[in-house]
Amino acid sequence: MEQVVIMGAGPAGISAALYVKRAGLDPLVFNHGIGALAKAEKIENYYGLERPLSGQELFDRGIAQAKALGIRIIDTEVLEISGFDTFEIKTTAGTFEAVSVILASGSTRKSPRIKGLKELEGRGVSYCAICDAFFYRRKPVGVLGNSDYALHEARILSQTGAEVTVFTNGMEPDFSSDCEFPLVTAKAVSVEGNEVVTGILTEDKSDPYPIEGLFVALGTAGSTEIARQMGAELTEKSDIRVNELMESTIPGIFAAGDCTGGLLQVAKAVHDGAQAGLTAAKYVRNQKKA
Amino acid sequence: MEMILSSENFDAEVLKADKKVLVDFWATWCGPCKRQGPILSELAAEGYIIGKVDVDEQPDLAQQFQIRNIPTMIIFNKGQEEQRLVGLTPKDKLIELLA
Repeated sequence: MEQVVIMGAGPAGISAALYVKRAGLDPLVFNHGIGALAKAEKIENYYGLERPLSGQELFDRGIAQAKALGIRIIDTEVLEISGFDTFEIKTTAGTFEAVSVILASGSTRKSPRIKGLKELEGRGVSYCAICDAFFYRRKPVGVLGNSDYALHEARILSQTGAEVTVFTNGMEPDFSSDCEFPLVTAKAVSVEGNEVVTGILTEDKSDPYPIEGLFVALGTAGSTEIARQMGAELTEKSDIRVNELMESTIPGIFAAGDCTGGLLQVAKAVHDGAQAGLTAAKYVRNQKKA
Repeated sequence: MEMILSSENFDAEVLKADKKVLVDFWATWCGPCKRQGPILSELAAEGYIIGKVDVDEQPDLAQQFQIRNIPTMIIFNKGQEEQRLVGLTPKDKLIELLA
């Protein structure tokens, strides 16, 4: 059983790892890439930088710093986190168990502009296969996405008996294993249906594909998607709701950095990470006593 | 205490009620539902009328109300659907809508 698992290796995740390590625990960090920091060509407004650094340089330095302190970092993608008192983390590198989790993988919100998608939310459009698969036994459903996360959601649906088609919305399929489901790579035009979802119209043909549910699983499973699936509260802006100690509404789950909203700045992410690391370490200590 | 709703008592307890009733469509295996549950228990203890529909046991009710996601909460006012909430919803928001 891991004590503290940290999802994300950017300023928030690495900062959290440093504080967990300094508190005498041995954190495990999952790194699935640089995220929003890649877009920062020059960072000039962060403390201590005499010359500007690129986002990539800062990201690499953070990882090097953590590794120099003996912090374990695994390059992998988180697919799902479940559990109530302790947590099971499914990743592309296997399954891990943890006493606490810090969600710090940035803000990966990608809401595609597809007509009808927003309007039919809760009426066939879903963001959580494990929650809603039940309603689609023996029914045709679509999964919107092109990565391992989409494939993971498709398999959950298929296991409960839904007939799954994967729609990549014009993106190249990027699966690390074979996709056993019918694949439509054409761009999606609209989600059809008045009261409930009845189909999805794509650019490759004039009739919509008949589906009764559409599961959105774009890109990688971000911190907010994971939080939503676990039942943590989100804010009106779909950020993870945290208090000043970076506690989410689920005991043992903490969040830091862009996924909690507010200032999307390195300085804020570093603070959040430090606080989340300290709070998580304290939480783990108290769990041991209990 | 929350009311346990079924096809038998739904009409009398919800559709013929003269007050606001919040009905929670949920399941035992749904993570967000398990987080929503204690919030609804608190509301019930504070005097709000809360009904629970276990979709595993009451598939007909789930179908009748076209439930496609859980948790889905429907607030009925004098038997009419007034508001539909999908996904975990904080207590203060529910109190606002139940007022």
